[in-house]
Amino acid sequence: MSSGIAAFILRRLVQSVFVMLAVSLIAFSLFRFVGDPVAQMVGQETSLEDQARIRESLGLNEPITTQFITFAGNLATGEFGYSYRTRQPISEMILDRLPATVELGIVSLIISLLVGIPAGIYTALHRGGFLANSILISTLIGVSIPTFVIGIFLIFVFGVQLGWLPTFGRGDVVALGWWKTNFLTLDGLRSLLLPAITLGVYQLTLTMRLVRSEMQDVMKSDFIKFATARGIDRRSIHFNHALRNTLVPVITIIGLQFGGIIAFSIVTESVFQWPGMGLLFLDSIRYVDIPVMSVYLVLIALMFVVINLLVDLLYVAIDPRVRSRSEAS
Amino acid sequence: MTALLEVRDLTVSIPSRFGEFTAVNQVSLEIDAGEIHGVVGESGAGKSTVGSAIIGLLESPARISKGSIRLQGDELTSLDETDYHRLRGDRISMIFQDPQTSLNPLLSIADQLIETIRQHRKLSEEDARRQAIELLAETGIDSAEQRMNDYPHQFSGGMRQRVVIALALCTDPELIIADEPTTALDVSVQKQILGLIRDLAAQRKVGFLLITHDIGVIAEITDRVTVLQHGKVVETGPTAAVLGSPQEPYTQALMAAVPRLDRRLSRFRNIVSVETRMEGENLWKIEGASASHASNWLLGGDKVARHAPVAVGRATERADNALLRVDDLDVTFGARRSWFSRTPGLKALSGVSLHLHRGEVLGVVGESGSGKSTLAKAIVGLAPTSGGSMQFNGSPLPDGRHRPRSHLVRRQIQMVFQDPYSSLNNRRTVEAILTEPLLFYKLASKGADTRRLVASVLELVEMPQRAMLKYPHQFSGGQRQRIAVARALMARPDFLICDEPTSALDVSIQAQILNLLKDLQSNFGLTILFISHNLAVVRQMADRVVVLRRGQVVESAVSETFFNAPQADYSQQLLRETPSLSLLGTPV
Repeated sequence: MSSGIAAFILRRLVQSVFVMLAVSLIAFSLFRFVGDPVAQMVGQETSLEDQARIRESLGLNEPITTQFITFAGNLATGEFGYSYRTRQPISEMILDRLPATVELGIVSLIISLLVGIPAGIYTALHRGGFLANSILISTLIGVSIPTFVIGIFLIFVFGVQLGWLPTFGRGDVVALGWWKTNFLTLDGLRSLLLPAITLGVYQLTLTMRLVRSEMQDVMKSDFIKFATARGIDRRSIHFNHALRNTLVPVITIIGLQFGGIIAFSIVTESVFQWPGMGLLFLDSIRYVDIPVMSVYLVLIALMFVVINLLVDLLYVAIDPRVRSRSEAS
Repeated sequence: MTALLEVRDLTVSIPSRFGEFTAVNQVSLEIDAGEIHGVVGESGAGKSTVGSAIIGLLESPARISKGSIRLQGDELTSLDETDYHRLRGDRISMIFQDPQTSLNPLLSIADQLIETIRQHRKLSEEDARRQAIELLAETGIDSAEQRMNDYPHQFSGGMRQRVVIALALCTDPELIIADEPTTALDVSVQKQILGLIRDLAAQRKVGFLLITHDIGVIAEITDRVTVLQHGKVVETGPTAAVLGSPQEPYTQALMAAVPRLDRRLSRFRNIVSVETRMEGENLWKIEGASASHASNWLLGGDKVARHAPVAVGRATERADNALLRVDDLDVTFGARRSWFSRTPGLKALSGVSLHLHRGEVLGVVGESGSGKSTLAKAIVGLAPTSGGSMQFNGSPLPDGRHRPRSHLVRRQIQMVFQDPYSSLNNRRTVEAILTEPLLFYKLASKGADTRRLVASVLELVEMPQRAMLKYPHQFSGGQRQRIAVARALMARPDFLICDEPTSALDVSIQAQILNLLKDLQSNFGLTILFISHNLAVVRQMADRVVVLRRGQVVESAVSETFFNAPQADYSQQLLRETPSLSLLGTPV
């Protein structure tokens, strides 16, 4: 059994390498061909000789293929280069920002799952009921309003009018090595709440509607009818038999969406001035900081690849049919 | 002594926008302990509704509007949902049609069995497990202890149905409702499952309500039978009496429409005498359109070939001058090489040789997975072949990948599929569906002639001409299958492949479609490759029979010889396992 799964993981890893190579090619083209790197780096008073020297020392006169190999090799070993704007190593900038975004993403994912899955089950089982319809309509409003409006609305109500929660920044953080976390202080947790809700609303609606429609389909299936005919407890039918079958497709979408949450938290981060990767990316665009942009691109792609791999492994854990298929191949 | 189950005047109504529809009308029946009571009828007769009503699982908005259901004297119709649910599994259980879908794919057999047992009995996990293993062994699962932790997909269809039966039995119910328990299974597996049900009824004194459309199954194991039509009981009584000497005209007609294994009929009696047609349906006509116009058009084509002498009888056993020759055909699926592995693939057909003469009907029989449909696909060009050769009309016939769209054979060979619900495009009118082959094969150009031709061919397959204005979803299964046959005819084919053309249809409709195919075949000298798992149906159609098993030809013989004295062991076994209809009298 384990050898089959090992082969499966190995196969997926090899595929991932190709995906990452393709993405880094795009990142490299961005870096190399959107404007002249040397012209971006130097001021107007730099002499042409100095520019040529820089060009030579950066290896920009090498053949394109050699340059790409160097670029990809640097990325693989964590050598991300320097920002045009701040002259800092990009790896430091990323490490500084990454925890903020990851924590925000995880909390909003948890909120969306904790609310979305039960709400989906409820609306599937009480189809047409008053509460079920109210939930459906209110979440429809939730998806229809743009994220930044929700964010501003929450800031206005809970931050300005009621004054319960902070409206920007991460608040107090505790450093665990290089990882600064919000989870260990009350202020940090309070700061996390509004942006996480804002970011999670869309995901929540999607999860709920997906769980609802899948659950409705599963409840019509023969094995649920058979379980009912055997007199199995309703609770077990709903939560053990039906929900498990519902989760298989739901996991795919949630996985992909989680990638989306982190990659596109830009809007939320800028509304709440959340010092994460999204804000970093926004600043990089503003100052045409191309090296940072290309590294960001590669990292986001890497995250998607990793999440997809995890989703596939979850499949194997949940669905015995996938398990035996991956063993067979 | 009171009966185990007593149903009196059961009436189920379904409220709808157009008033109340009565799905089951004053049905009464009784089942004793250890008895198997069959409920038979065509689709829409309300058989399954009776079963759902008894176990209290009618789907809303259907409801019991009248009557009583008593289980050992206890009235069930007045129970509330909680009490009813407690009863399910404990006293009444159910077996469903399709073992592929009636087990939860994500839970192991052990999980499902133990949960069900512990739901109804206060047992420890170990005791429940022990009981579950005993039950699996009792229902005929080998090495039950090891297989307990397997998942449903690791069992074959027949084994899964045994697991389903074990699940239904594990709480020791008094009554089991079996809704088409063997319809999705091959005959040999069907025979075993029916035997199992018979034994369980006798040993455990469980009453069975066996719902089926298959008269063969009824004849095989039921003690008593109730015949339903339009929700009403037509006839009820001991099985031998009802099937052997039916009193009611409907039952008599139904028995006559059942294809017989022991006898070939030239035509079936038509039981649906007057099809309910909308008023004025037949008044809408296109000028000049008639069945004879269609006949002339179909015959008019390649006159020379049509009037070539049709080989008959024993002469067709030889392959010379055959219209279609298949030699040593291999079809392999799923063979592929990747960086990591080499999949050898599944051999769906290996070394299959057969031939068909002009005007002949060749029956291809076999169980599921025997390669029947693959053979059809290979000939028609939908499945690539991996070895062997095919010849059509004397010239080599390339396989699908090497057969250009303009190849003549693409028109000459046409196909009628099994499921008339998915083989017609629901978004196109019947006229558009039937005109397409004419235009595609450049048999006619758009215009008045084409419309006349479409109307005529519809007339030929006994459909009103007005049907061409409608969409497929407006027709019943039988009518759709007629349209599918009409579509095949529009290409003016030489050779028709019918892949299980009647297995999705009721007996009476099946009889009509078989009559239609017989008529077309004798009028136009069509050559037909007739594929079916149902030996009795093949007997009615085929001049010669080819038996396939695991992708290989087991036997090939003239029909009469085959059915009277099959040579291969496997053929004998197949014939033996097909439910015997000896209870039925000699067909009229």
